[in-house]
Amino acid sequence: MSNWYMLTLTGEDQPGIVARVTRALFERNMNLGEASMLRLGGNFTIMMMVSGEMDAAALKQSLQEVSAALGLSLHVDPMQGGLHRHVPPNLMVRVSGADQPGIVAKVTGVLADAGFNILDLESDVAGRADRPVYIMQIAGIATAPLESLEQALDGLRAQGIDVNISPVEMLVG
Amino acid sequence: MAPLEILTIPNEQLKQESQTVTCFDGELQEFVQRLELTRQHGPGAVGIAAPQVGHFQRIAIVDCSLARKPVPNHGNLVLINPEITHWDGYEVGREGCLSVPDYTGNVIRATRIRLKAQDIHGEEHEYEMEGYEARAVQHEIDHLDGILFIDRVVSRRTDLFKRKVYR
Repeated sequence: MSNWYMLTLTGEDQPGIVARVTRALFERNMNLGEASMLRLGGNFTIMMMVSGEMDAAALKQSLQEVSAALGLSLHVDPMQGGLHRHVPPNLMVRVSGADQPGIVAKVTGVLADAGFNILDLESDVAGRADRPVYIMQIAGIATAPLESLEQALDGLRAQGIDVNISPVEMLVG
Repeated sequence: MAPLEILTIPNEQLKQESQTVTCFDGELQEFVQRLELTRQHGPGAVGIAAPQVGHFQRIAIVDCSLARKPVPNHGNLVLINPEITHWDGYEVGREGCLSVPDYTGNVIRATRIRLKAQDIHGEEHEYEMEGYEARAVQHEIDHLDGILFIDRVVSRRTDLFKRKVYR
């Protein structure tokens, strides 16, 4: 079994980043696993599982040229784990409202106390620069009943945070 | 009776369009029994379509009566030559598939549908469905047309309007 590495690349967005990085890996016989790639604040960010014969140092070396050419910062970590470890979420939390300090810490703090495990979090700042609106979606898994989670979130609603939680009913067909 | 083998991606046969059923005989009944057994065998499957077992006829079974959270449903439905005649509303929901192991994704489906289908004896029925059951029927009819849910997956970033998506 080959080793998995977590590759992190970030830098100013421009066309061709994914194509050039993955081409470099392909030419060195490295395999790609799960990945998250998205634009954040005008930067392009890549977090990607990579496996193959190379060790971490050689992998980093082999991407030096392309990351320098694209102005990306590069980070390689050996990682435990592997593919086929998906856990489907059973709950979805949505938050929106005027941006205020600590909104993420407060919401996720309440969820963590209830045993909620975050699988996926996406957050964005919308609205205008002078009136920012915070929007966040959290998919996760918890065994606590919905009612008790609702109750836990009530405290946040009292603080003016618009938060709702709903079950994710997975359909298999 | 043994469950049938489920075709999984990247099997190209899953993209094949299924044929209309014209003969409502004992053979059909026996196949439907085996298809139902296969559905029950698949972990947590609320529906199954004939092409998933390599049988390319327009046959599907949907049963939302035992969903984890109770939902409006019509019990165990054998749908032969099903056809959706009316769609209303759109909603994002999470789907998986016996033919796509170890993957789930968000898909937009109509919230309410009107459905026409024949039963195992060839008799025509009409159904009005909503929510989870309507989603299951749309997922299964897609199979009959050679479409998988992974062809319809949307990013959660497009789902900012709570559970309803309008277009």
